[in-house]
Amino acid sequence: MINNINVALIGNPNTGKTSVFNALTGLNQKVGNYPGITVEKKIGFSPLNKLTKARILDLPGTYSLNASSMDESLVVELLLNKNDPDYPDVAVVITDVENLKRNLLLFSQIKDLEIPTILVVNMSDQISRSGIKIDVKKLKEKLNTEVILVSTRKNSGLSDLKKALADYRMLSIKPFLDTKIIDKEYFESLQLAFPNQSLYKLWLVITQDINFTKLDRQKVSDSSAFRSLPKSQLKNLQQRETIHRYKLINQILKETYKKKLEEATDLRSRLDNILIHKFWGYVIFFFILLIVFQSIFEWSSLPMDFIDNSFNKIGEWARENMPRGILNDLITEGIIPGLGGIIIFIPQIAFLFLFISFLEETGYMSRVVFLMDRGLRKYGLSGKSVVPLISGTACAIPAIMATRNIENWKDRLITILVVPFTTCSARLPVYMILISLVIPDNKILGINYQGLSLMGLYLVGFFMAIASALILNRLLKTSYKSYFVVEMPNYKLPLLKNILITVWEKTRTFITEAGKIILAISILLWFMASFGPGQNFLNADSIIIEKFSEEPMTDIELDREISTYRLENSYIGLLGKSIEPLITPLGYDWKIGIALISSFAAREVFIGTLATIYSVGSDDQETIKNRMAGELKRDGTKLFNLATGISLMLFYAFAMQCMSTLAIVKKETNSWKWPIIQLLSMTVIAYLAALISFQLLK
Amino acid sequence: MFSLDQLVIGQKAIITAIETDLLPLKLIEMGCLPGNEISLLYLAPLRDPLYLKIDDAHLAIRREVAKFIMVKPLLND
Repeated sequence: MINNINVALIGNPNTGKTSVFNALTGLNQKVGNYPGITVEKKIGFSPLNKLTKARILDLPGTYSLNASSMDESLVVELLLNKNDPDYPDVAVVITDVENLKRNLLLFSQIKDLEIPTILVVNMSDQISRSGIKIDVKKLKEKLNTEVILVSTRKNSGLSDLKKALADYRMLSIKPFLDTKIIDKEYFESLQLAFPNQSLYKLWLVITQDINFTKLDRQKVSDSSAFRSLPKSQLKNLQQRETIHRYKLINQILKETYKKKLEEATDLRSRLDNILIHKFWGYVIFFFILLIVFQSIFEWSSLPMDFIDNSFNKIGEWARENMPRGILNDLITEGIIPGLGGIIIFIPQIAFLFLFISFLEETGYMSRVVFLMDRGLRKYGLSGKSVVPLISGTACAIPAIMATRNIENWKDRLITILVVPFTTCSARLPVYMILISLVIPDNKILGINYQGLSLMGLYLVGFFMAIASALILNRLLKTSYKSYFVVEMPNYKLPLLKNILITVWEKTRTFITEAGKIILAISILLWFMASFGPGQNFLNADSIIIEKFSEEPMTDIELDREISTYRLENSYIGLLGKSIEPLITPLGYDWKIGIALISSFAAREVFIGTLATIYSVGSDDQETIKNRMAGELKRDGTKLFNLATGISLMLFYAFAMQCMSTLAIVKKETNSWKWPIIQLLSMTVIAYLAALISFQLLK
Repeated sequence: MFSLDQLVIGQKAIITAIETDLLPLKLIEMGCLPGNEISLLYLAPLRDPLYLKIDDAHLAIRREVAKFIMVKPLLND
């Protein structure tokens, strides 16, 4: 019979907590969300000995139990709720050997919750290099618990940690600080009122504004007299608590820990001198962005083309080798392209996260925040929004996934909501064909009009992103006051294992979470394009054969005409026709309407759909373009004139024409609310922009 | 008596007082307490944010928050 124990990993950010988690569990981990919120929940499993298995919960990085963010409240909430299935049997506080003093503050708080608590001093490989001396035996005595030196880089200390975890029942649960020392009078009266409760837990319930379980909520209302102390007085007490904790910690460290300062800070100052230099800092950041941009735009195009071709081939093969019929169509036109549409994003996601986790792990990302904060602050964006915004010009999917690194929920939400305005690569084919149709290939002062238009579209997208960020910043309210306190961690060489696990996790969750939604919508779109009500759709073959019976036509031409007729009479076709009154003021006819609806799968589908509607057999851009140029309106003038062209380009610039983006927003915000708001508002903005531009230009 | 935002780059000081009500508790917990040594390491363009070393911690804060921290500069050594 194997005994399962709950272990919680707790620690300040930048202490290598995730490295320890990865070292203990390897790939044996599950990543999910806490119900109702967007904080990532990581659980992993690790066998401790023959009889015991640890179920390890990697809690979000937290500086203290006085929560100032959603992540931190979650930690407090769990640790105060004994009924939570995740409530730890034993807590492991991970600390960084170079910042032991500050890290011990959190340890002292956890210890006061009377949970068995093991102290892990991580990055112990740095000890000799930084001139640190640490007396582990004495530290154990003073802290009254197990202390273990761990180095994930050298893979040392992990078996000791596992052993200590298995023997957690031997650990003392004596609190670190006598809470009464903070304010004798206040805490003695508190103890009198609740004689059976731990004072520190009561104190947390009083000071923290978080959701407690029913039981604790009861307690909160009972303690209203204590709660009613003015906020500033409570904060004063919290400050005194902090001072007392540090006093004790300092006493203990004085006897157990020595550090030669100069050596430890040398590398930091040398790198900081360049990396956050007023001029060179930005130049370097610009080049890093260039590489990131290059990787998601250029380097991933090779594997993406390969994936695209492979899925086309698989589709063709399946079409020929399976019995004809609806099932064949469903598989070859719905499921295989749908799967292809998911897999195709993998290279971009993998490349982007390779770079982002590298930048995070090295400590460079905090420097980016430092450099960019001032410029982005007024738009309600964070310094960390820069990378997602720039990545968005390649593809919004990895860009939105990259917002995970923004700690502040409001900053993160705003970034998620505005990223799809930046010009992604899927818009390019649409822009290219429209520009070459309606913008003359002339030059002014040596600058090509067409190139100028493309640049204009990029700028318009970027401007819209910034403008909406400004508006959202006013509209969105948060319960957490956003304080900008950013730790500048030491520079370190990243662990390849951590980076690879991040890349793997991101890719895997994209495929499983967003993939489901993308596949479902692909099948729905396939169904709507392949079926239609009424006799016209069913008898498409005979109607067309009869219609063209007088004309000499090859079978291929006839097939093309039949597909066109089918699409016209399918559900999507009818939908396209039915929205015609709505889109006529934008300068579109029902054929464009059909292309708009089907390109909801992905923007570039616009061109393919037009090709089918116009019965153009080839995928060649030139052929499609010529056919589009020849398309006339009822009055005999060109359909794709300047007004319609501009109107369409602006529509594509602003509309959320991408189901994959919606799927990932749903996944990242953990609710349908935000993707739906995003879809509606972006469509309205796109519609208005197209309407105004067409009416002005026509 | 100076507030922190008046220090020049490279200057060291001792924290003498803080505006407890206005300063984020997180900053206090990271060691921003009276008696601790503080130094200004770097400034971002437009002199904001400030990159500080407080006690053992390296962190960046905005100028608006730095006003709530009173310091006594140490003589250069």
